[in-house]
Amino acid sequence: MNHKPSVLARIVTIIVFVSMLAIPLLLELEAEALPERPANNEAARKKSLDLFGFYLEDIAGQSGVDFVHHPPKLDARLDHILPSIASMGASVSVVDFDNDGWNDFYLTTSRQGEQNALYKNMRDGTFKNVAGELGVGDVNKKGTGVSMGSVWADINNDGWEDLFVYKWGKQELFINHEGKSFEHISEKAGFPEWINANAAIWFDYNNDGFVDLFIGGYYKEDINLWRLKNTLIMPESFEYAENGGRNYLLENRGDGTFLDVTFDRGLNSTKWTLAIGAVDLNDDGWQDLFIANDYSVDELYLNLDGKKFEEIGKETRIGYAPKSGMNVSMGDVRNDGRLSIYVSNITEMGILLQGNNFWQPMKNEQKLQYKNIAGSMGVELGGWSWSAQFGDLNNDGYQDLYLANGYISAAKNNSYWYDYSKVTGGNKTIISDALNWPAMEGRSQSGYQHNKVWLNSDGATFADVTDYVSNLPPYDSRAVAMADLWNRGVLDVIVSNQNQPVAILKNIQADDNNWISFKLEGTASNRSAIGAKVTLVWDGKSQTQVVTGGIGYCSQNQRALHFGIGKSTTIDKVIINWPVGEKEQVLPAMEINRLHKIKEEDGTV
Amino acid sequence: MEPSEMTVMKKQSVFHRVWALLQKYMGPIFVSLILLVGHWSFGIMEDIWTVLIAVGAAVAVDLVFGRLYFGKWKNASSGYITGNSVAILIRSTFVWPYALTSAISILSKYVFRYKGRHLWNPSNFGISWMLLTSPSYVAGLSVQWGNNLWPMLIIWVLGIVIVHRAKKLHVTAVYVISFVAFALIRSQITEDPFLAEVAPLTGPMYQLFIFFMITDPPTNVRSKKGQMLVAFLVALMEFVLRLNQLVYAPFYALAIVGPVAKFIDLKMSREK
Repeated sequence: MNHKPSVLARIVTIIVFVSMLAIPLLLELEAEALPERPANNEAARKKSLDLFGFYLEDIAGQSGVDFVHHPPKLDARLDHILPSIASMGASVSVVDFDNDGWNDFYLTTSRQGEQNALYKNMRDGTFKNVAGELGVGDVNKKGTGVSMGSVWADINNDGWEDLFVYKWGKQELFINHEGKSFEHISEKAGFPEWINANAAIWFDYNNDGFVDLFIGGYYKEDINLWRLKNTLIMPESFEYAENGGRNYLLENRGDGTFLDVTFDRGLNSTKWTLAIGAVDLNDDGWQDLFIANDYSVDELYLNLDGKKFEEIGKETRIGYAPKSGMNVSMGDVRNDGRLSIYVSNITEMGILLQGNNFWQPMKNEQKLQYKNIAGSMGVELGGWSWSAQFGDLNNDGYQDLYLANGYISAAKNNSYWYDYSKVTGGNKTIISDALNWPAMEGRSQSGYQHNKVWLNSDGATFADVTDYVSNLPPYDSRAVAMADLWNRGVLDVIVSNQNQPVAILKNIQADDNNWISFKLEGTASNRSAIGAKVTLVWDGKSQTQVVTGGIGYCSQNQRALHFGIGKSTTIDKVIINWPVGEKEQVLPAMEINRLHKIKEEDGTV
Repeated sequence: MEPSEMTVMKKQSVFHRVWALLQKYMGPIFVSLILLVGHWSFGIMEDIWTVLIAVGAAVAVDLVFGRLYFGKWKNASSGYITGNSVAILIRSTFVWPYALTSAISILSKYVFRYKGRHLWNPSNFGISWMLLTSPSYVAGLSVQWGNNLWPMLIIWVLGIVIVHRAKKLHVTAVYVISFVAFALIRSQITEDPFLAEVAPLTGPMYQLFIFFMITDPPTNVRSKKGQMLVAFLVALMEFVLRLNQLVYAPFYALAIVGPVAKFIDLKMSREK
């Protein structure tokens, strides 16, 4: 072009250009200037109570819980990437196994020969591991695989919560005999010979009054990670992998046996499942399934009258962008009766910015649709994220969010990310063979990350208060469960950490907010009341919560539903939708600051 | 002339005109095709607004500064390609980096000039700058589009056709051969599997780089031998950067070698 630019044009262009170049630099400086974590001292605690009404303190040691998770040792051909392959298995499930009114919890380890733990609540601030004496600890025997997680439910409606332990290997089912002993019935149950399971939940998919079992496969079920036939075990793609394990919908016949109805019901996916959530999302009385998949898109299965499941991921917009699907949890964060779905993914600054998904249901009467508003809600960026749980941590009437982060903490300042990104971008013939993966050689990958505590600000957005309310070191956290561990009317948090000690985060409150809790017992519905929806109405507000049979990554919260009600001193009513039956049950105002046990048949309290 | 002959001639004329248009806008059409196929088959654009914003910003900045610089409205296809490249090749959980990267890319064409020619491939400069300076907000598309064979084959076939027509196949060939050779050397040095070292080349995203970024005609040197030498030097620089574990080594390598080579080439042309 012959036209010569004027000096003014050049100067203007340079000024604009330099200004634009400076923008990311300035923003990066601002991002790095975030405040340091406050010292763990009395002044900082008081500040937390004044500002947010609570703080979390790890008291695992004081409470007698010294459990440490250990990863498995696998086939020697995987040694070079063992920290990555064996990066899961730390789980937690809360239960009142002995019906004494105090929450207990079960923890898993993943090393062959080591025992899982069932911590009984001693009601004096301490816990005692009774797994050995009750016969539910020794499930990692050589040749049977190792534990990945556990979920509790009353599978025979006898009033006692039974235990299912899902493994890379043989699955384990224990019938609870009045909290005094457990009977191992895996053989009788008719489970598949071997599943490399990384997720499982209980839910009554056909509303027959018995909870059924849904198990998510990760590695293919014909792979024995201790005796590999070959090393073609890795995902064929980082984002569109279909070569994971199949899933299992096992129908509970009510006699301790189960029938595999997976394919009959249309659940044919072979994606790499990491988390499952079952809730009636379209209010048709049937519990639907949300499945978070690693290396692929997530799936949403609509339950068609208990006869079939229809995958509607793309129609609802959740099934388009493939990420790493590590968690499913659901919460009514806006107090409008609609459950948002939170799926955690991977965020590594400068390398992989997937961001977590906060799926907000759209106000569309015709069809179920969601929009990802994680960014505007302030809960998008976590880290290498795992389990997340909604719960009202300061009893102010809004559900907050706790997120586990951290993948592999090994050598500091020596990252595996470069090699990881190198191989995961390759063709599937390369990526799917473990031998093609560069050796980790003691390097970290997204290690030393802090968990996140996000406080719900009146349902509009979340504020990151981690640095103010938690002094937990940067563990490689996996599972998170919320439970009132000492019957104080607050939600404490249990965090299971990979290859590290478990954390028991006692919730210290400012004591000026009120609460109410409900423990439901089904009669026509399954006795654990899994799938029941409770809406609390108070002071012109309402909040909906659902009883689940496991929610989050390898996690299970307490069975009772806990509602904070802020400064309100009364509630107006409680609306319960049981899984079986069409009529909603409306209960009048009840006493606050206590747990109410409610039976389905007559709503007796 | 018989009416039927006239009809044939008219048809031929229409065909030639369409073909000429297709050839003229092969770049924008191909980029759009990649984007659309990628989106419909794999949903690569989680939010279509990021594409519109990246393209809109690039076209707008190019039009405004083209007018300011050259006194006339420019053809929008250059900005369109740059905007699309930005939308495909970066990832952010925010919207503004797409606009900013596009704007920086386009402006670099006007600022870094020598003898009336721009030195950097625009999107290469913009993307490299953002990846280098803004890790909290921007990441590259290091993994995307699945790892299946058919998307890779489609891009290889289309890419070879386009690059061949642009008479730049030798650039791609030298780069690919050099990359594979250096991958072999790297695997000896790092003791990582050779296939791990060569893996990036087999990913569809990476092929956008070898077909459409390093072959960019305005930022290439003139002689065929020179172009082949530059392609080799880019691969060599990438080899060094990869040994230092830089995830975005190819972008940085081109951003370092490309403008230096172009500058020397232009300088030599005056001396001659």
